Amino acid sequence: MSSVAAPARAAGRQPAEDDLLCVRDLVKHFPVTRGLLGRTVANVRAVDGVSFRIGRGETLGLVGESGSGKSTVARLVLRLLRETRGEIVFAGHELTGMRAGELKRLRRRMQIVFQDPFSAFDPRMSIADVIGEPLRAHRLADGRSARRRAGELLELVGLTGTDLDKYPHQFSGGQAQRIGIARALATSPELLVCDEAVSALDVSVQAQVLNLLRRLQRELGLSYLFIAHDLNVVRYISDRVGVMYLGQIVEEGPADELLADPRHPYTRSLAAAIAGAGPPGSRRRVLARGEAPSPSDPPAGCRFHTRCPAAFGRCREEAPALRAVGPDRTASCHLLERPGQEART
Amino acid sequence: MSELGIPPAGNAAGRRLRGTWRGLRRFVRTQPLGAIALLLITTFVFAALFAPVLAPYDPIEQNREHLQGAPDGRFWMGTDDLGRDILSRVLYGARTSLLVSVATVAAGGALGTVIGIVSGYFGGSWIDTALQRVMDTIMAIPGLVLLLFVAALLGPSVLNTIIALSLLVVPSFNRVARGEMLRVREELYIEAARANGCGLWRILGRHGLPNLLAPMLVVLSLVFAIVMIAESALSFLGIGTPPPIPSWGRMLSEGSRYLEIAPWMVVFPGGVLTIAVLAFNLLGDALRDFFDPKQLR
Repeated sequence: MSSVAAPARAAGRQPAEDDLLCVRDLVKHFPVTRGLLGRTVANVRAVDGVSFRIGRGETLGLVGESGSGKSTVARLVLRLLRETRGEIVFAGHELTGMRAGELKRLRRRMQIVFQDPFSAFDPRMSIADVIGEPLRAHRLADGRSARRRAGELLELVGLTGTDLDKYPHQFSGGQAQRIGIARALATSPELLVCDEAVSALDVSVQAQVLNLLRRLQRELGLSYLFIAHDLNVVRYISDRVGVMYLGQIVEEGPADELLADPRHPYTRSLAAAIAGAGPPGSRRRVLARGEAPSPSDPPAGCRFHTRCPAAFGRCREEAPALRAVGPDRTASCHLLERPGQEART
Repeated sequence: MSELGIPPAGNAAGRRLRGTWRGLRRFVRTQPLGAIALLLITTFVFAALFAPVLAPYDPIEQNREHLQGAPDGRFWMGTDDLGRDILSRVLYGARTSLLVSVATVAAGGALGTVIGIVSGYFGGSWIDTALQRVMDTIMAIPGLVLLLFVAALLGPSVLNTIIALSLLVVPSFNRVARGEMLRVREELYIEAARANGCGLWRILGRHGLPNLLAPMLVVLSLVFAIVMIAESALSFLGIGTPPPIPSWGRMLSEGSRYLEIAPWMVVFPGGVLTIAVLAFNLLGDALRDFFDPKQLR
């Protein structure tokens, strides 16, 4: 994949010293084993050569269908999964291959908010214990001080200290997600990974939680890796957006530009799907056909060619490289190859 | 950020206690048979603990004038072939039975549960495989043979009985704990705990164990019944509790010789043993139904 990523790195944003997170050529294959001896019969290529960077105080949105590898990227970054290949540099520290003790110190500085807060909390723990746990695990506080900090965090996310002795099931989805955010903030992290953090919420509650996240970012200088399948949500919160398809980022760029003027046919189909305007007939033209292929057996050539409305012969044989398609923008499509000539489907 | 809004800790414990009380009330309501079993077990434990107060006579004092006396107003359960009061011996026998069962279930249960949880958390890895092969080995040994071996090697004593029985019950706890942990480890809150920086023992102790206690309680109750029978069986064979410590199994073996002339020597210890074992089995069944999520409405 290095041949693919190299031009992207040269063309995209210049490597900056103040990048909080820098991911290079990240690959994660899940082996599919069969039989007594655990013979590997196939690999699910969940993440297949993903590179991106997130600056301090910046939000990178990662969008894609289910199965595109977004959540796997999140778990790789947080070291909940071990990568097959690739580099993850967090605040100047190479995380891959790091020893457990060292990693634990860095874990304080990056936290995750999960999609379903109810299943992310131990049902037997009170809210005080839920929020206090990262503090106790890192020996930052104990007993009374952990409780006081938990109360402060609850107020920070818009709940009250009187909620400390309740249990997770006593809260609504939006409140529970606020508690999830409070827990993630307990150790004063610099990077917050939001894995579909608002996807399970009602639209009105979504907006409240998104505004909370924006406020927290402003007040605490957080960086977000914001994963979602809803483009509207991603556009609202992200500075930059990466579009994932079958384990690869097919297009990346500043959020507004990318969605206003998508270059990759897949991004176009996504953007068209949320536009909502216009008669159905005019939209069908740009929509991707059918279902996404299985990541255990991705198509040869361009992975999107089986569904692409503009696919031609070369797409079936040769994988397109990520290339610059404007200042600070990259995309991978053969139609974008010649400078000045843009893909028009 | 005022501290005023934060109530002091402490009422969390009260809340938990009230929750337990509510749970108990619901158990009594939905599992009447289990509630009766629980009552019987409480009586049994009470009798064992207060045997010295409750027993009318010294359980090993022999009364030559009253050999094999039938139950009457003075000796409610009669006397045995040495003139000892059977009621007192049954009460003290409950102590022996309880001591052996509690010690066995505590030691074997703790070891089996820890092994099971660790094994389940690392399910599929070499740690799991190694631990489970050891468990398989223990299960492959016939229980009675091991108990006879220990008795022959170390001599019959209460402690040796406990050690041998503990070893035998480890796999039962291991199997259930491992199976439950395999389920629990897939829960999102375990992954969240890892992301929060929790170490292995914090994950297993704070998130693993509390979430599989319910099924462990069921095993506990059922294994308790098995251990009580095993203790009696060993004493019956003469390789368990050594005389003159009163033990139900030994009383049965002594009384079996006089079944036709003094049936009370067998009926009372046997009856009490049967009721106690039945109670633990019923409690185990009731707990299983109680914790079964499909029965919750």
